[in-house]
Amino acid sequence: MLKVRNLSLAFGDLVLADQLSFTLEAGKTHVIIGPNGTGKSSLLKVLFGDIKPQSGEVLFDSEHLDYRNLNPWRQRFGYMPQDIRLDIGLTVLEVVLLGQLNALSLKLADSLIEKALKALDQIGLLHLAQRDVRTLSGGQCQMILFAQALMRNPKILMLDEPVSALDLHFQQVMLDHLDQQTHQQHWVSVMILHDLNLAAQYADNLLVLKGGKLLAEGAPAEVLSADLVEEVYGVKAELAYDQQGIPFVRTPRRRLMQQSVSLAS
Amino acid sequence: MSSSTLSETLHQQRQQESRRGLILIGLSAILLSSFVMDIATGPSLLGISDVVNVLLKLLGLPVEVSGTAEVIVTNLRLPIALMALIVGGVLGVGGAEMQTLLNNPMASPYTLGMAAAAGFGAALMLYVGSLGFNAEFAVPIGAFVCCMLSAGLLFGLAMMRHITSGQLILAGIALLFLFQSLLSLVQFVSSPELSQQILFWLFGSLTKATWLNVGITAGVTLVCMLLLMRDAWKLTALRLGEERAKSLGVNVAQLRLKTLILVAVMTATVTSFVGIIGFIGIVAPNIARMLVGEDQRYFLPLSFLVGAFLLSSASVLSKSLVPGALFPIGIVTAIIGVPFFFWMIIGKRAH
Ligand SMILES: Nc1ncnc2c1ncn2[C@@H]1O[C@H](COP(=O)(O)OP(=O)(O)OP(=O)(O)O)[C@@H](O)[C@H]1O
Ligand SMILES: [Mg+2]
Repeated sequence: MLKVRNLSLAFGDLVLADQLSFTLEAGKTHVIIGPNGTGKSSLLKVLFGDIKPQSGEVLFDSEHLDYRNLNPWRQRFGYMPQDIRLDIGLTVLEVVLLGQLNALSLKLADSLIEKALKALDQIGLLHLAQRDVRTLSGGQCQMILFAQALMRNPKILMLDEPVSALDLHFQQVMLDHLDQQTHQQHWVSVMILHDLNLAAQYADNLLVLKGGKLLAEGAPAEVLSADLVEEVYGVKAELAYDQQGIPFVRTPRRRLMQQSVSLAS
Repeated sequence: MSSSTLSETLHQQRQQESRRGLILIGLSAILLSSFVMDIATGPSLLGISDVVNVLLKLLGLPVEVSGTAEVIVTNLRLPIALMALIVGGVLGVGGAEMQTLLNNPMASPYTLGMAAAAGFGAALMLYVGSLGFNAEFAVPIGAFVCCMLSAGLLFGLAMMRHITSGQLILAGIALLFLFQSLLSLVQFVSSPELSQQILFWLFGSLTKATWLNVGITAGVTLVCMLLLMRDAWKLTALRLGEERAKSLGVNVAQLRLKTLILVAVMTATVTSFVGIIGFIGIVAPNIARMLVGEDQRYFLPLSFLVGAFLLSSASVLSKSLVPGALFPIGIVTAIIGVPFFFWMIIGKRAH
């Protein structure tokens, strides 16, 4: 269980967190949504101990985040930052291997390589193992970095917009894998998404962040509403619900809407 | 997927590792031959076989050698040839690690002003008449101190959280200009004879090599290299970008500082003994990168070997361009370095 208490963070006048408190339970997928530049990525960096907030506490179970001794804290994280560019002369396998950094030595054991290959196999990308990562597409890079984060045997998995470059197939591969493993391995999984439909589908717990405040938190079906979407994004959206009661969100195309209005008048 | 594909891929990985291992061995062999050539060339020509025999005898094998050959090799040529290897290697590794730290293929201790600072230190020492101490030691010490001082400024900047690697490079280039100006200033106020002496030091020359300073340099290099190799995987991870390296559990600030210190100590040591030698620091790591990629387990030692080879062959060239005349090696490396560099940049665009 990852816990945040009375967290305040600001860059100059820009307030990113204002007395935020929330708890992220293990075995669940927590999805953070919110407008661009509102501080979602910064919040993950705070949890990782990379940004020191002005005030507040971060705890894992009952252990406090100690900035003087970050190593053991970070050891339990698998963290995939937002940036997915890979500009380095390494193969895919080598990049995935780096996920087990602490276990690597000058002579690589077969078991380490096999573990990395299995991770690639699980996401269906074993055939890329020997490829130079500079020749990969954006979506392929993103999947490789996901595999790298998995290699860390995380207790907490943090993904910053992990599907931003993925096609429908790989969105499903990644999110289903995450969903399954989170429940099986009892991970605390946190991810930032912009796609509200994916958020509604995969979140066990949805956190809506804006202006340093948590506007809402809870099951997507309860949290998401047309009013909330308008409050957060300033967009008028239509919401519908599928058989399981999971909402999906659609925004109308404005030019067509205006045309139909003028035709009617 | 079937486990056969998995073991096949594992096998491919192992094959690739041995291929890289072979490149290291191959380059060592080429290096050995240029090393022997380096010993063989000089005012009194020695046969390759003489050189090989003396070397074998030094390694404790029972070989017959002529007395003069033995004296020339052990007392005159061998320390210089060894110095060429070590210095070239250190410049290669220094460049490789600066490029890794700063995420920029154009970085090297030279472009960050460390060599210029050493030059200024040496010039200043010559100007003040070595403060009455033995110039043979006082001048290198002056160079070493100044080099570490300018590196210290870089350390200070590198420790600050908000400084990006781009800014660090700019700061290094600013230091380069600063020390070059200071150096010109010393030369400007010096007498013509002294100015000549300073200029000769700056050219970079291996002829200052003695067994003592070869020993010191080799010791420092060995220790620094071992310490760098211990961090090989972390350094590889660092090249993924600072944020990602952190996400993998690397203490980036600490690794940056440690590596900078090791590189500075090695660079300061070699520069204070042989003067300023440019370009190897940039060229060698780029060649190494093309050959084995950026897995530092191979990239680091190969940068050393390529740097060593470049300086060793430049040493042969400096002695054989005009028979009888010995060109300062610092001049030769830049002259062969520049065309090579251009070829590399143009070649890169073609990829
Ligand atoms: N080191 C910094 N110094 C000053 N301002 C910063 C710093 N890092 C981030 N910011 C600012 O904080 C705000 C939040 O940034 P952050 O990256 O957390 O947003 P985000 O919610 O992840 O946005 P996006 O959805 O676009 O990824 C932005 O306005 C950004 O400019
Ligand atoms: Mg973000």
